[in-house]
Amino acid sequence: MYVAVKGGERAIENAHAWLAEERRGNPDIVELSIAQIREQLALAVNRVMAEGSLYDPDLAALAIKQARGDLIEAIFLIRAYRTTLPRFGASRPVDTGAMACDRRISATFKDLPGGQILGPTFDYTHRLLDFKLAAEGAVPQAATRDAGTGPVPHVADFLNREGLIEDAPPVDTPPPDLTREPLEFPADRALRLQALARADEGFTLGLAYSTQRGYARNHAFVGELRIGSVPVEMDIPELGFAIEIGEITLTECETVNQFKGSKTEPPQFTRGYGLVFGQTERKAISMALVDRAMRWQELGEDDQGAPAQDIEFVLAHADNIQATGFLEHIKLPHYVDFQSELELVRKLRREAGASQLQEAAE
Amino acid sequence: MKDTSSEDTPRKAWMSLLAKAPEGRVAALFDAQHARPAFTWLRAPEIGSTMVRARAGATGAPFNLGEMTVTRCALTLESGEVGHAYIQGRRKADAEMAALVDALMQTAQANRLRETVLDPLEAEMEAARATRAAKAAATKVDFFTMTRGED
Repeated sequence: MYVAVKGGERAIENAHAWLAEERRGNPDIVELSIAQIREQLALAVNRVMAEGSLYDPDLAALAIKQARGDLIEAIFLIRAYRTTLPRFGASRPVDTGAMACDRRISATFKDLPGGQILGPTFDYTHRLLDFKLAAEGAVPQAATRDAGTGPVPHVADFLNREGLIEDAPPVDTPPPDLTREPLEFPADRALRLQALARADEGFTLGLAYSTQRGYARNHAFVGELRIGSVPVEMDIPELGFAIEIGEITLTECETVNQFKGSKTEPPQFTRGYGLVFGQTERKAISMALVDRAMRWQELGEDDQGAPAQDIEFVLAHADNIQATGFLEHIKLPHYVDFQSELELVRKLRREAGASQLQEAAE
Repeated sequence: MKDTSSEDTPRKAWMSLLAKAPEGRVAALFDAQHARPAFTWLRAPEIGSTMVRARAGATGAPFNLGEMTVTRCALTLESGEVGHAYIQGRRKADAEMAALVDALMQTAQANRLRETVLDPLEAEMEAARATRAAKAAATKVDFFTMTRGED
């Protein structure tokens, strides 16, 4: 039975007004602008774009401000906004081989064509709080050096030339889209990659870590990690040709994994793939490890019963908006549900009490 | 299907350039040198999204990575040329400007527009790209061999 009740309008209105005031904080402190968030909290903006599944730094910055820095709430706002947009079409697959790399490293080859480019990384910092940042001050200018021209080749290409790594031949089947069709199982790799690209970073990290600790162990090396910008090209029907409609920053991680070989494949390296909007390195590496773990069946590996191998478990729980929606709904009024539970417990206790009395009498 | 890659290369190039221009930059360059012509909307500026696709393992089967915001519009000049714009972000004014330049590039004004708008824009964007590439290059690791263990 569903019983509707009314009430609380004024309380809700007042709660929202207070929320607005708390969001602003002490009015003596200067207010944050969207541009400040976009420029100075760029990695938070990137996470909101990636998991909100909508590339728009200004919108992500606005969402972070509105959500008071609660990134999952911000992602929720972006997902809700996304559903209001008419879809103009789909891009051609982006060419990450043509990326203008800010960062490009390989853990498998020291001397690789294009070199190890560290980029603006936290790696090798001492993780000591820098109290200079608490004071205003000019930042030193980044050094520059003559850059080679032309794109940097992918590491997998070199291994591929020797046939030591599985090939990823281009096919052009239109990919499934979980924003249009409900997620169904079995989910092919294209669908899994879409789900992982927008999956919660913490969940993906935890699963990836579990594979490193031995649950679906597949010993990954980071063959390559690159961060940089790529143009996005789309076919424009009214023009009859494709144009670049913009440029986005992506983080790509390709892992190289041991593979003993199978009945049909010789021993070789296999690959896991991570690609995420923005500079989102932890997420991209995690995605590649989880992608590889979920490929066990296709590669003829054993089902070790590990969580990361369970495609349905991973995909059904990786989306933080679905998860938080269901989790947080239990704090909303369940008065009637609870009333019936209460009645049931009282009834059971009455029955238990009655039977005890009867036993005592006998 | 007609082979558009050859005949539309210049238009494809300027439309791609206009789409990637920083906010307000095309209008600043244009308004400094040109008066805005009259036009009528074929499609007023509209904000929507494009699903960005990528390939598994960079080269394999395509998958949907996520969407990006896009603004599009189309207009006609009084002389009949049609201009289109599809540009990243939610930027109606920039989309209008891009479509106007696209239309005007099909008129006798093309050469002057190239000199006053497209070429300077391209040079600025190339300079920004080169600066970033030079900063990246400065973080390239130069390995050198320390003393090897053997005697």
